[in-house]
Amino acid sequence: MRNKLRRRHGRCAGCENGQGPSPARDSGRRLLTQVANGRRCRVKRHCANGAIRRRLLDLGFVPDAEVEMVRCATLGDPLELRLGDYYVTLRKCEAELIEVQEG
Amino acid sequence: MTTKGRNIIVGLAGQQNAGKSTIFNMLTGANQHIANYPGVTIDKKTGSYRDELGRIEVVDLPGAYSLTSFSLEERVARDFLLREKPDAVVNVIDASSLRRGLYLTFQLLEMGFPVVMALNMVDVAEANGRKVDARKLSVLLDIPVIPTVARKKVGKAALRRAIRQAAGRVENPVQAADGGFRIDYEALEARIAELTTRLAESHALLQIVPPHWMAVKLLENDTDARNLVRRYHEQPEPLLELLDSSMQAFEDEHQVAPGEYIASCRDRSAVSIVQQCQQMTRRETVHTSEKIDRVLLHRGLAPIFLVLTVYLIYELSIVQGYKLTFMTWPLLAKMRAAVAGILPEPGLLQDSLIRSLCLWMVDSVNTLLNYVPVFLILFTLIAILEDSGYMARIAFILDRVFKSFGLHGQSTLPFILGGVFTGGCAVPGIMATKGIPDERSRLATILTVPYMNCLAKIPLYTLLVNIYFTAFKSYVMLFISTITIIMAMIVAKLLTTTILSGRETAPFIMEMPNYHLPTATGVVRRALDRTWSYIKKVGTIVVAVAVCVYVLLQFPGLPSERMDDFAGKMDRAVSVFQEQIRDTGYAHILTGPHTLEALNVAASYREAKLAAATQEASRAVDTRFEQRHPNLISLLRPRDPEARAVNRALRQLAEERTTLRTRIREETIMHSYFGHTGRALEPITRFAGFDWKINVALISSFAARESSVATLGVLFQEGADENITLEERMSREGATDGRTPLHALALILFFALYPPCLATTIMVKVQTGSYNWMLFSVAFPTVFGLVVAGGVFTIGVQFGLSALQAMGGFYVLALATAVGLSFIKDPAWKRQQATMTAKNGGW
Repeated sequence: MRNKLRRRHGRCAGCENGQGPSPARDSGRRLLTQVANGRRCRVKRHCANGAIRRRLLDLGFVPDAEVEMVRCATLGDPLELRLGDYYVTLRKCEAELIEVQEG
Repeated sequence: MTTKGRNIIVGLAGQQNAGKSTIFNMLTGANQHIANYPGVTIDKKTGSYRDELGRIEVVDLPGAYSLTSFSLEERVARDFLLREKPDAVVNVIDASSLRRGLYLTFQLLEMGFPVVMALNMVDVAEANGRKVDARKLSVLLDIPVIPTVARKKVGKAALRRAIRQAAGRVENPVQAADGGFRIDYEALEARIAELTTRLAESHALLQIVPPHWMAVKLLENDTDARNLVRRYHEQPEPLLELLDSSMQAFEDEHQVAPGEYIASCRDRSAVSIVQQCQQMTRRETVHTSEKIDRVLLHRGLAPIFLVLTVYLIYELSIVQGYKLTFMTWPLLAKMRAAVAGILPEPGLLQDSLIRSLCLWMVDSVNTLLNYVPVFLILFTLIAILEDSGYMARIAFILDRVFKSFGLHGQSTLPFILGGVFTGGCAVPGIMATKGIPDERSRLATILTVPYMNCLAKIPLYTLLVNIYFTAFKSYVMLFISTITIIMAMIVAKLLTTTILSGRETAPFIMEMPNYHLPTATGVVRRALDRTWSYIKKVGTIVVAVAVCVYVLLQFPGLPSERMDDFAGKMDRAVSVFQEQIRDTGYAHILTGPHTLEALNVAASYREAKLAAATQEASRAVDTRFEQRHPNLISLLRPRDPEARAVNRALRQLAEERTTLRTRIREETIMHSYFGHTGRALEPITRFAGFDWKINVALISSFAARESSVATLGVLFQEGADENITLEERMSREGATDGRTPLHALALILFFALYPPCLATTIMVKVQTGSYNWMLFSVAFPTVFGLVVAGGVFTIGVQFGLSALQAMGGFYVLALATAVGLSFIKDPAWKRQQATMTAKNGGW
């Protein structure tokens, strides 16, 4: 399941491939959707605007916040994430806007 | 606050899952009142209680993560705080997620309100290994912190005391922003200070908002804050220029927008506070909720649990609730009998207007009230789902499906209330769309919920299936229950990609609530509220509409020569009767006006005997009639041959009367306004195979769907005197008219897509705030339903398909369309992406 999640690379039906921020080649930098279940990472930056950006910030997706990928729903989308002591759900479209550092 | 006496207003602020409503219930008890915030469809719950000093009015603010202008709820909460200036704010925080909760606390403190923190659900937090030191927290934030367990009413007295003290502490909240806890905005502090000074120069602005908070808001790039400056500041432009250059300079210097910087400063402050006053009694424990979710949200198992839940709701509310209605129906029947008793006696052939109108209204109301037990159970179960936290999980599981059709995970609740496959009511369904943050899916949900199988549609389905699809009952019922959701999805997708495509959308960013044991009072209150809204619908709209429908179905009435004809027949029957009884000992009590009296008494006696369930009740009926009609009782209960003969003659007369009355009723409808409309529509509805009788039933069912079966009952009444069921009558008449199962299929399809009933359209108006949407919600389904039903019927006839073939073919086609549509890309996301690439902002 973990592999499948990675392979599918978190493209939900509504998202255009390759238009999100390109993950840097250097070690551990990737999109939030590429993080496997059960793994943790730190938020680096996000490319959302307006209401989505605001909501992400309010929910604690601030620079350097630690995020754990908990699970994805039966159909692969949305995702459930843990930030410290609470759980948040995001669609892959939104998770793709968040660049993280793993490890 | 000596000027206001001792009565104070308190705002209750907190995040969605912090247990705000349980705190609200705990503080105010039963004394609650729900209204709307001006101009928006968000509920404003107010309640009050008294303490030794006076009355405290508590206003439950909409759940908010923060106080920005980005979401409607937050805007409403903020406007309330700024405008009403409550004497104190109770900040409800879930002790299990202190860090997240503190964001809002900081903002409330910045606004300068006396804040009392209700640190809620401390028991759950401690069970999860998180012990929060309330005293330390209170010292750090410089506000009273009251640990509570609102579910068990722990901390009520202390919270009330703290509210009173906090409210007495400050004279004017706006000017008291200084002192106390302050977030360190580090590198931004200098810029904030500069802006604050400039803002404080404006006297007008100072009256409305605290300058320090305003400065922070402006740096967060809050549009409403900018508007406030433009409106109230004496020199807005130079100030805003200063702001813009200051923000740009900061971004250049630190590579981060001030908004994000502020957010991370708040987060750092929150983390530091949590570190100081939260003790981990266990290391890195897994939440109980998470443990449950490992099973309930397991990727493979989640759908199974979901189906089980829906099945349980169906079984308990619809199946068992229906059984319950057999017990409550006698009560309603008694009510009808009581009303009938008060009204003037029925005439020989035609009743007085007041009698028939009143009974019509009672019948309309009764059919709807009959469902009350079903709704009580249904709404109780749904309230349990909501309060326990599983409803949010359902949204999580189904969001992917809904998203493909332009809807939102939170459309789940409205659809379930509307009756996905179980039967529900569109009125509470549409009311529940309030919670959907995404404007576009909210509208699409409002417009598609009426397609669900509301309880009132089911009698007609059952009727048609029993007549035309006897051998395939379960298949056809399955077809009906799934085709409605498929059609709803197709319509939702069509709407969101066309006329709704310009509407605001919102992401599915939701905090997953922890599981809670629902409280009995909370559940019962919500179930009663929703059931009450249903009863109110019955009491107001349906009664009013029933009168209109009555008029349209009864007037202008029969032409006089037809009426004379019927009267002549009746007269003949009466004289035959008189002839038969002339020589009996009963002649004197059955002649002249006494004939009618005897007929009516005999009819009500028969009715009462039928209604009597037990032997005792039956005997009671006998005694009652014996007392009331001592001279007639020997006729009603014939003991000797003479009485039996008279009784038989009377029965014959009664039968003749019933036949004539039903004929009159049928012809009245035929000559009524609805009858004319139904005939006028025949050229169009012909394509769907509807004749005028069906048209009349469909038109009258706009008032309330249940009346469709009642109207059909009146229209298909040949043989009603033979005591055969409506099913048999319809099929018999259908056979002579050439009506086939294909006709029935077209009717079922049209009825599935039929416009919402009147009560629902009014709810559409309330929830969308627009008459245009209300008209649309009627016009679109009518056209769509006619096109679909007409298409299926015409093609079916052309190719000589059987009803089952047509049904299967249509099902495959609809399913393929739905699947195909789900792959069409969402226009909103294209826009989102376009702006994203245009401004590739980052840190």
